[in-house]
Amino acid sequence: MSNTEEQKEIAHLRSLLKDKEDEIARLKLLIGTAGLPEIDKEDPSGRTPTAARHGHLTKDEVSRYSRQLILPQVGVEGQKQLANSSVLILGAGGLGCPAAIYLAAAGVGHVGVVDYDVVEVSNLHRQIMHREASVGVSKAASLAQAVRSLNSRVRVTVHDVQLDGSNAMDMVSGYDVALDCSDNPATRYLINDACVLAGRPLISGSALRWEGQLTVYNYRDGPCYRCLYPTPPNPQFVTNCSDGGVIGAVPGLIGTLQAMETIKLLLAEVKPDTSNHCRIGPSFSGRLLVFDGESAMFRTVSLRPKQLDCAVCASPQTRTINRVQDVDYALFCGRGPHDKDEGLRILKGEDRVTASEFRNVVQQSLEMERRPYLLIDVRPHLETSICSLPDSVNVPFENLEERVDELKELVNRHLARKDAGQSPLSVYVVCRRGNNSQLAVERMRTLLPADWPVVIKDIVGGLQAWAEQVDPLFPIY
Amino acid sequence: MEVSLNFSGGAELLFGKIKQHTISLPAEETWSMKKLLNWIKDNLLKERPELFLQGDMVRPGILVLVNNADWELVGQLDYLLQNKDEIVFISTLHGG
Ligand SMILES: [Zn+2]
Repeated sequence: MSNTEEQKEIAHLRSLLKDKEDEIARLKLLIGTAGLPEIDKEDPSGRTPTAARHGHLTKDEVSRYSRQLILPQVGVEGQKQLANSSVLILGAGGLGCPAAIYLAAAGVGHVGVVDYDVVEVSNLHRQIMHREASVGVSKAASLAQAVRSLNSRVRVTVHDVQLDGSNAMDMVSGYDVALDCSDNPATRYLINDACVLAGRPLISGSALRWEGQLTVYNYRDGPCYRCLYPTPPNPQFVTNCSDGGVIGAVPGLIGTLQAMETIKLLLAEVKPDTSNHCRIGPSFSGRLLVFDGESAMFRTVSLRPKQLDCAVCASPQTRTINRVQDVDYALFCGRGPHDKDEGLRILKGEDRVTASEFRNVVQQSLEMERRPYLLIDVRPHLETSICSLPDSVNVPFENLEERVDELKELVNRHLARKDAGQSPLSVYVVCRRGNNSQLAVERMRTLLPADWPVVIKDIVGGLQAWAEQVDPLFPIY
Repeated sequence: MEVSLNFSGGAELLFGKIKQHTISLPAEETWSMKKLLNWIKDNLLKERPELFLQGDMVRPGILVLVNNADWELVGQLDYLLQNKDEIVFISTLHGG
């Protein structure tokens, strides 16, 4: 073995050793936290923060919070106020992670975390309080664990349930403030209505791609979500992070600002004492922050006031929503609360093939040593470099019209190659999950001449179904 | 008359993915927001107009701002444009 090879080997072993040491440290930490008191399950009723019991701050608390304690807007009264406060984090994802952790670090007495999902690998780039070891674990429990290991004084309640009309009021009423860290319109309307009817302010954040938005609803005389958006958007125009993508630092920033607004809102409740005239409160009630990370631009805009004809925050005599149980939020929004793709059904069964059926088509053509079909991948070009099926031709869905000549030429070439008298040419259309492929089939039928002997079908569930049913090594993104 | 248009939150995807546009409008005419929306439909929209407009209105889920204020505060469709106004169309985000 040469000298350099030996050196490489040593470096490699050192890095392995380092990994093992890190792992041991991590496990030690887990064992250490396992000895701490149990996290409450489903019990948001009592409030027992340390400072409240004493009516003053302990020596430990003074040292722990000293750097914020000496700010005139906080002071001893402010710190006690935080310890006496309870905050509900609705969503333990990209926004909820930083929000919960900053609030816990600041000494908010009671943090509730609501989330029904489990941690997935694709969450880790932005939902930064979850760990690789937590994949498959409840997100609410995972975030609660992170909160506890940062600040064991904070009481944490895990709500590992699906938020719906039957539980939203109880949950929201159990806390002083709610943070909307959710990811879909149906849940956002439900959270808003529950907060309005329970009389709780709502700190709302959202993020997508390079952009984020932040505002405070239902604070004093400010507007609510419905004042701004009385009509929900067509689900066709609603993009989630899974489909649209997101830079992790965007929800990181917005979630952090949600924590900041929450702290200011809680401190606003402190009775002014004569030695401290610093009044503070949330900055984004009736205002909206719009952040664009791509151009590094922050814009703050003024919003309309509370609307007298709002369906939920108008007076009890005029409002039309009196109980969240009476509203079907999935129906109202045209889509339920799940961030996951809920497959479109546009094409009939005979116009589609399953991934397994398409595998047979490929198999047969391999045996015949020729390919009597055409496979068109309609994903954005960028995504084809992540993964694609062999022999597929990329014509992005959004370019079908402008590239119609190219498409015709492609089909024509395959038609020319086909034996005379043979059955029509099969054209298969594939996309990421089998939604756009259906729309593409419809569009291609109108773009190609009606008398061409072509049968166009799409692959149900797209490349994701291919990975699940046919090729387990095929990447899913 | 020069007016700045800004599209964000995904609304820019309907305008060739370009967020910032500066447009010139004939100053001898008066320009209401209603007239501007029609002008945008005829001159700027790359995709199907129903993704941006619903009848005379901007479709639900898009917030319209005039000089950083909700257009509800300044008269909505009836607001009359001034030289150098900045009009922003923000598609509301739902992700987290
Ligand atoms: Zn309202």
